[in-house]
Amino acid sequence: MPAALVNVPPKARRGAVIEIKTLMSHVMEPGYRHTAAGEVVPRDIITSFTCRFNGAEIFRADLFPAIAANPFLSFFTTASESGKFEFEWIGDNGFVATASAAITVE
Amino acid sequence: MIAAPAVLRAQTAARVVVIGGGFGGASCARALRHADAKLDVTLVEANKTFTSCPLSNEVIAGLRDIGAQQFGYDRIVAEGVRVMLQAATAIDASGHKVTLADSTTLDYDRLVLAPGIDIDFTALQGYDEAASAVMPHAYKAGEQTLLLRKQIEAMPNGGTVAISVPANPSRCPPAPYERASLIAHYLRTRKPKSKILILDAKDSFSQQKLFEQAWQQLYPGMIERIPLSQGGRVTGVEIGTRTVITEFGNYNPDVANIIPPQKAGRIAVLAGAVDRTGWCPIDAATFASKLVPDVHVIGDACLGGGIPKSAGAAQAQGKLCAAVLARDLTARPSEPPPLTGVCYSLVAPDNAFSLSGVYQPKGDLFAEVEGAKTSPVDAPPATRAAEADAATTWFKALTHDAFG
Repeated sequence: MPAALVNVPPKARRGAVIEIKTLMSHVMEPGYRHTAAGEVVPRDIITSFTCRFNGAEIFRADLFPAIAANPFLSFFTTASESGKFEFEWIGDNGFVATASAAITVE
Repeated sequence: MIAAPAVLRAQTAARVVVIGGGFGGASCARALRHADAKLDVTLVEANKTFTSCPLSNEVIAGLRDIGAQQFGYDRIVAEGVRVMLQAATAIDASGHKVTLADSTTLDYDRLVLAPGIDIDFTALQGYDEAASAVMPHAYKAGEQTLLLRKQIEAMPNGGTVAISVPANPSRCPPAPYERASLIAHYLRTRKPKSKILILDAKDSFSQQKLFEQAWQQLYPGMIERIPLSQGGRVTGVEIGTRTVITEFGNYNPDVANIIPPQKAGRIAVLAGAVDRTGWCPIDAATFASKLVPDVHVIGDACLGGGIPKSAGAAQAQGKLCAAVLARDLTARPSEPPPLTGVCYSLVAPDNAFSLSGVYQPKGDLFAEVEGAKTSPVDAPPATRAAEADAATTWFKALTHDAFG
């Protein structure tokens, strides 16, 4: 099963507002919990999400410990031209995940 | 003058109207009658025949006749409860009056609402009442149950049955997984190339280990489940193309069983007893509505907390509510019955496991006492078969308690 899920409409009219949805499987361990033995469970979260369209950044989000596991992000953009969306999640412990999706603008 | 109402009640029989003749309401009406024969008890129910949801998954899988699920109100009438077989259309809480479909009005001292659930036909894009005739929810037993059964019987070998499961709170949380199990039993027997796809708005579910182990042992490779974190939440349907829509993909199953989010039944809304959660807030010790005076809410419609929205729990609530009302209205002390709930999940005709709990009022909600008891994960077939027998006995006791 994929760790990243993205939903980008495959086709759109030029100038149309489109919704982009993403979901990344991740524990989002906040770093404030303790084990039964009293040790702190170390923080392990996604810290940043970026979406680029044809190389240019169009959306960015910083994530924090209060965000629940498997962060679901949805945002809107305008379909200006055909091209490729690239998604990147970066987090603690060297976590990096990417995904991409193409759109045809008519 | 302050004592006047109590004096009046002592002279004339106190009137309790119960709306909703399911497991909660019927059990409550009977228990009130048994608590004190002088109580004037009226049960209002829109349908002549009640069709039970418990064991209705067996009807879907062709293992049971729908007739075995149906119960009438004759025995309740014979016990001295006045039964009005029509819909309640309005409630005047300040005037303590209920209006029925034929314009009859009933006066009450206390009103008990047991309306169960309504399907929320606004929750999923494109899934309205007309859509449920194409993609049945089968979450209110009766025609919908038979429609799903018919669709599965008509499906070719190699087809896919999709079951969409809502997030909590919803009626009988293990039921969709029991349904998947029993449909798998039918398909393995009759159409072994077929598959079941569970699209789930939850990541984990009640008795998950037991179900998943049963699926692996009994129906290997037949049941696929996509949880919330893998994009399993259904957000809408397209009836024309028979498409089930999730946030991250579309599916075109041969049979789509859409179980949408739910809310308290219509009459609770009319009474003004529903808050913005869609459910009824109550004082858990007395079932008294937090929003409407002299109205009590029992069963699936109330915000329960730890107690599940199940038939067994509704019945236990109905009996406890009756004890509370009898104590208030007759000033006679009574021993409150325990609040217990047990539910059986059948994964094959001779294979079941169970979950039972004891609950206690805690503020506005019910809390579980000592945690629930679940059947062991590693149990021999004889134990599972014994639990399947126990499920039949449980159903007989449950329906006998509710309908006589």
